Amino acid sequence: MSPAPVLQQVYSEHRARMLAALIRVLGDFELAEDALQDACALALRKWGDIGPDDPVAWLLTAARNSAIDRLRRAQVSRDKLAQLAGQPGVVNTRTEFAEDSLLSMGDERLSLIFTCCHPALAPDARVALTLQAVAGLTAGQIARMFLVSEPTLAQRLVRAKRKIRDAGISLEVPADHLLPERLSGVLAVVYLIFTQGYTAAREQPEHHTLTQEAIRLGKLVATLMPGEAEALGLVALLLLQDSRAAARYSPAGDVILLADQDRSRWDRAGIAEAIGLLDRALCLGRAGLPGPYQLQAAIAALHAQAPTAGQTDWPRIAALYAELLAVAPSPVVALNHAVAVAMATGPDEGLALIDRIDGLDRYHLLHAARADLLRRLGRTAAAAAAYRRAHELAINPADRRFLARRLHDLDVQEFR
Amino acid sequence: MQYMLLIYNCERPEPDDPGFAEALARVNAFADECHRRGAFVAGHPLQPERTATTVSVRDGQALITDGPFVETHEHLGGVYVLDCRNLDVALELATLCPFAEQGAIEVRPVVGGPGLDHAPSDQALSDQAPSDQAATGA
Repeated sequence: MSPAPVLQQVYSEHRARMLAALIRVLGDFELAEDALQDACALALRKWGDIGPDDPVAWLLTAARNSAIDRLRRAQVSRDKLAQLAGQPGVVNTRTEFAEDSLLSMGDERLSLIFTCCHPALAPDARVALTLQAVAGLTAGQIARMFLVSEPTLAQRLVRAKRKIRDAGISLEVPADHLLPERLSGVLAVVYLIFTQGYTAAREQPEHHTLTQEAIRLGKLVATLMPGEAEALGLVALLLLQDSRAAARYSPAGDVILLADQDRSRWDRAGIAEAIGLLDRALCLGRAGLPGPYQLQAAIAALHAQAPTAGQTDWPRIAALYAELLAVAPSPVVALNHAVAVAMATGPDEGLALIDRIDGLDRYHLLHAARADLLRRLGRTAAAAAAYRRAHELAINPADRRFLARRLHDLDVQEFR
Repeated sequence: MQYMLLIYNCERPEPDDPGFAEALARVNAFADECHRRGAFVAGHPLQPERTATTVSVRDGQALITDGPFVETHEHLGGVYVLDCRNLDVALELATLCPFAEQGAIEVRPVVGGPGLDHAPSDQALSDQAPSDQAATGA
């Protein structure tokens, strides 16, 4: 019998934890990865078909020994170089790591996540590194999902890992006074991974992997930091957005607006889980104002709970957008607020708010929203102009088809 | 780990400026904070680029030119060297530096490589000219 199946199982279950512990002790990503690979190769040769009693401890010990070997070999070659250059070799590489401290380590995945999402790394490197080191995706998979070549992505990963080592980027959970800002950086990376999956064309199989990995990462952060309301809020938001995945596109791949979606195709279990998490988040954060992820999740939850589009609680959604605008002002939030106000009170009020938004002139959804309100006010010519502008600016083919259809319907109406 | 803070695009306060006393007090307060945290290694304001001279040696020939190595709009006004536990501490101190409000501060780790200790060798110590010793001792 081969030990491969049992190794495979141990590895896929504990990879991130083992890697996190090794990185923490060795202070070097690449060395930790190499050492863990060495340990797995050794396990394939040495394990019987059931593996040792404590396979994780076995692998960690083997990895530690391999790291020491690798460091000694590097030390020897450095000493040789130094001798060639006429300098005495200097012994300053850490080759002694207490095995006890490695094996008694708790869950180091949280510090690994913070290291991968450190603001001193480029944003795309944070995303790639988190997906590789924490989620365990390969460089090839990540490259395909982010539409870059594999060598480019591999280069990005290596550069980030070396910067972590050479610039002394902390391998610990940040100090308390840095934590709120750094946690929001971590959550932003998780959200970015999700949106990359969510906006990817439906035909791409990676779509699903990325959204699921983002949900898993979000849950990991929320589990490891149980007191953080925004982490729970983010997971709730991701689950709610994901719950509509099956209803978002027609069989032909066309976008279906929220109002027109078949609500029976929404994932009810996902919605229930999200609402439970959101309730917990709002209880936790009772002392302060809810953060942006909780507010967005609350808005998504109101949509999810409406039995029909017509029964949506627009006044509450408009109020939540106003709150969101206060804690995280942005022109896109202002646009959503305007649309909610239009639904709650009337297209005139919404239009007045849209016309006060600055900086979104090149955003197709602003023009699409204006067009929709103008259409409802019976200002057909102005609506057609706005749909045309939106169509010009839209990039996604499904969005473009949708806007062309709207424009066509408008012309037909006018003709009648 | 040591980090160098390279201070770019800042106006150095001149004694005639109206806010000079306040600016000087802030810079000194920053150095004090670095000392208080045991991080301060060195701090060196630099004379402006117009005082710079660039040296290169090619094929054994020294080439000396007037001016900085790279002519850019960015000017390096000075450096601090700080000893910090990790990058987070260095970045935090950089945000406390009053110059960060005007220009920008590049934080670069200092290399501590094997064989590169910059300590004088026995040979160098015994060769050292007495006048040099007098100068450094002064």
